[in-house]
Amino acid sequence: MSDRIDVAKTYKLFVGGAFPRSESGRTYQVTDSSGKFLANAAQASRKDGRDAVAAARKGFGGWASATAYNRGQVVYRVAEMLEGRRAQFAALLHDTEGTEESAAKNTVDAAVDRLVHFAGWTDKIAAVFGSSNPVAGPYFSFSTPEPTGVVAALAPQNDSLLGLVSVIAPIICSGNSVVLIASETRPLPAITLAEVFATSDLPGGVVNILTGSPAEIMPWLASHADVNALDLTGATGDQRIEWEAAAAGTVKRVYSPTGTDFSAAPGTGRMRAFLETKTVWHPTGAVSLSGGGSY
Amino acid sequence: MTTAHVSPALPSHLADARVDEASLKRFLRGLPGVDPVGLEQRSAGLATRSIKKGAKKQAIDLAISMVDLTTLEGADTAGKVRSLAAKARRPDPDNPDTPTVAAVCVYPDMVATAAAELAGTSIGIASVATAFPSGRSSLAIKIADTQLALDSGATEIDMVIDRGAFLSGNVGKVFDEIVAIKGVCGSTRLKVILEIGELGTYDNVRQASWLALLAGGDFIKTSTGKISPAATLPVTQVMLQAVRDWRDQTGEYRAVKPAGGIRTTKDAIKYLVMVNEIAGPEWLDSHLFRFGASSLLNDLLMQRRTQTDGHYSGPNYVTVD
Amino acid sequence: MTTASAAQPLQWDYAPAPESAAIGRIKPRYQPYINGHFVDGGGVDDVTINPGTEEALATVSQCDDANVDAAVKAARTGYDKYWSKLSGAERGKYLFRIARAIAERSRELAVVETLDNGKPIKESRDVDVPTAAAHFFYHAGWADKLQHAGLGAHPQPLGVAGQVIPWNFPLLMAAWKIAPALAAGNTVVIKPAETTPLSLLVLAEIFAEADLPPGVVNILTGAGDVGSALVNHPGVDKVAFTGSTNVGKKIQASLAGTGRKLTLELGGKAANIVFDDAPIDQAVEGIVNGIFFNQGHVCCAGSRLLVQESIAEEVLAKLKDRIGTLRLGNPMDKNTDIGAINSAAQLARITALADTGEGEGATRWTSSCAIPDRGFYFPPTIFSNVSQSMRISREEIFGPVLSVLTFRTPDEAIAKANNTPYGLSAGVWTEKGSRILGMAGALKAGVVWANTFNRFDPTAAFGGYKESGFGREGGLSGLAAYLRPELEA
Repeated sequence: MSDRIDVAKTYKLFVGGAFPRSESGRTYQVTDSSGKFLANAAQASRKDGRDAVAAARKGFGGWASATAYNRGQVVYRVAEMLEGRRAQFAALLHDTEGTEESAAKNTVDAAVDRLVHFAGWTDKIAAVFGSSNPVAGPYFSFSTPEPTGVVAALAPQNDSLLGLVSVIAPIICSGNSVVLIASETRPLPAITLAEVFATSDLPGGVVNILTGSPAEIMPWLASHADVNALDLTGATGDQRIEWEAAAAGTVKRVYSPTGTDFSAAPGTGRMRAFLETKTVWHPTGAVSLSGGGSY
Repeated sequence: MTTAHVSPALPSHLADARVDEASLKRFLRGLPGVDPVGLEQRSAGLATRSIKKGAKKQAIDLAISMVDLTTLEGADTAGKVRSLAAKARRPDPDNPDTPTVAAVCVYPDMVATAAAELAGTSIGIASVATAFPSGRSSLAIKIADTQLALDSGATEIDMVIDRGAFLSGNVGKVFDEIVAIKGVCGSTRLKVILEIGELGTYDNVRQASWLALLAGGDFIKTSTGKISPAATLPVTQVMLQAVRDWRDQTGEYRAVKPAGGIRTTKDAIKYLVMVNEIAGPEWLDSHLFRFGASSLLNDLLMQRRTQTDGHYSGPNYVTVD
Repeated sequence: MTTASAAQPLQWDYAPAPESAAIGRIKPRYQPYINGHFVDGGGVDDVTINPGTEEALATVSQCDDANVDAAVKAARTGYDKYWSKLSGAERGKYLFRIARAIAERSRELAVVETLDNGKPIKESRDVDVPTAAAHFFYHAGWADKLQHAGLGAHPQPLGVAGQVIPWNFPLLMAAWKIAPALAAGNTVVIKPAETTPLSLLVLAEIFAEADLPPGVVNILTGAGDVGSALVNHPGVDKVAFTGSTNVGKKIQASLAGTGRKLTLELGGKAANIVFDDAPIDQAVEGIVNGIFFNQGHVCCAGSRLLVQESIAEEVLAKLKDRIGTLRLGNPMDKNTDIGAINSAAQLARITALADTGEGEGATRWTSSCAIPDRGFYFPPTIFSNVSQSMRISREEIFGPVLSVLTFRTPDEAIAKANNTPYGLSAGVWTEKGSRILGMAGALKAGVVWANTFNRFDPTAAFGGYKESGFGREGGLSGLAAYLRPELEA
């Protein structure tokens, strides 16, 4: 045994591509499943939530207007970077959730594969969910999906890596930005995943991760007028009702699934929850006086 | 709209455009549209030209000779202008074969200082005028401003157009002001600043370019440098197309000056490639093309040293003025 | 008003900026790639040359019928043993690997492509190679999403795909063929053109490095006889061919009654239609790009310019000025706009067809650019006063030769544009949106570009009407060419 003292890691928030401490200066203790101290995590305040929304709004424009191909490459890059840190995340899952070593490895692999899956969706969303509309008139009409905007999401409380990735990836692949509140008791995989995002060509502000108490922060996000949608995956029954009601103040889209099995195939529901459909009409038809029937 | 002095050389369709505001408007609206995607792709394509060796050295010297070395700050002083003039005269004291710049460009009240420093040289003394940069004043004041610059020794005038009038469709007013200022300038060359960052579209840039050419501007210039975006390659491309088409239709050569945001030799060379391939090699001359810039010159000088010395130079080896 | 006159023009010739041929790491000899190995073919070695210099590049071992048989068998085994056993997600990961590896070796691939094909390095660097990588990346994402392809819940691969590709975009056409086939779960036997095999054989190295299981992709070298043996091999379930309409017709005839799936991407004689309200400067760029991109060796090239008579003179003048700035020469020079014609045979064909233009009364204009002493080059050429009846406006020249016709009304433009057995692509230039859509509706072409030309993307289907072939490549319909609904026999 060496008598070297470990260099403990300071876990901070992830906002706008940077790693700030909470503006409140607060932290809370994170323990493993047996109650042993693991680390201090930043305890975000409502003002951190506000800053994160501002960062997400700033990140949204460029990300939404990036080509789908570019977004796909970036999300794939996230998968590549996570793949390179598999051992670190497996150990983290073992520490925070008490997951057996081989199961932890499988979970990390599944998280990588999930990112790859959604990387492949970016440039197919419009083809699969959009349409050319054969309207009864001399118009060319097409409907195309567009990202909703800034999504405030609450990560699953127990499934701290695969569940987390399964929430974030479908939100961002279509061009939304996200303010995510990590699992309160298991925040370390989330804030470590932030390091993966930060080194993956993902523009600052597209993903923002807060650690702390969802009950403290989420009400402010749910009522924030510059948030376009809520993902309440990690919320309790009462919270779902309360926050969905708060969201009604600005007619936010609310996605509030329960009992999701994140080990199963992801489906398309999460992606579709954060899409708007835009229909465009433009005159077409005859190009000349003769009416064009003879072409 | 004032009945401008119609040049007898102008072909009838251009002379007609100057008759009254309605004619001018019709003419401007009849110009072909600009497709932004195609325009930007062409600019990006030209920017991939690979300029090496002798061609690069030639380009650097050419670019230096085209610089309007500029200081346009509220904090300008006689000392600042004097040192700028010294830099214009001898851009690189260690390498006396370095070309001098085309002109220095200052506010009207600094013209006398610049003129005194540059007396006996071929370096031009350009002055912004006409309530630069906003242009928000009366014609009388704009004329007086121009007169001040001329009386103080300016050899070139950089005026701004009335963007508000242009955007509200009052193109006759914009035209008249240019005609009036050109009238004050006489044979002194007039640069007409379109302030493209406020015009908003490439179609407007094309229309404003033609308006300025019809009104007698010797140069069309992109920007004041105070508004973003300033000079860009696609905007400059539209303006180069305008002077090229003007030449094709009238036989006259008019000049173009991108200004603002051009900081590196790499950028400057991209502009020169565009001048060469869009307008034509005739425009590779400081009489017909200028760079409005302050920090560009030092980068050009550094790159010039890299070419002549065979190793990379550093910012401490060119003078800061 | 000032009358500034131009000073003596500065002589500013861009110094040569050649890409280094060494980056291509061209080997003295190449072999076909069968069952995961580079093996000697049974035929007599051939030499592939650099059309920019006429110098020999490398020797290439050629295949015979036995090699074709071995490759098809390997593909069948690869299908049964490996590829059909993998999940879509795992197949996708192989394709992602290939996409990334193409990007990593992009400079090498670009150099190989330019040396072997003669196209300008800036095109292979900026178009061919990145678009090839994009095709693998796009289709990688499909591999685990086939249930969303519009063919039902469980679409099935077809089996072994036999593919034959032309010499004009050797790497890109390979990507167009291989990526969707593999994503859908098929295995592949592919044959590049005999004059341009090298980039695909470098891609084979990438397949090997990506640990793609043996037999999943097999690459046969050789000429038309090898291609014929491949498409007629009974072990092939699906045939995809890109090339001339004549050969396509033969393939369709020989496959008649076999029940094998077939897609054909054949020739074209695209009309590029310029209305008087077009954005003129960009239209001129589009005309240039439409016919001089890749020396006009593009099946969808805008080889017939249909310009509204009221602006014909202006457009033609601007076009000639613009063509005067095109730089023809060494394809490896980064500033070259127009490279070499791929082969002596193709150069002879272009020359002969162009000569008929003058014979039939069209007016010929040729850019005055200098032509290198060595290599196969043809200067940009425009024929004006062309009528629909002339051979130059009916036959595919597949070279840098533009025929200019005029029209008076949209109806006339449509009639002339559609008056061809081909129907691959068309261009429309106008600032009027409803005219764009109306024209797009009236034109019998598989791709219509409006205010642009020659745009390609893996998400967008490409393919022809009429004698330009059938089936699409890219997008959902391209994927469908390699799948069948589960219930379909």
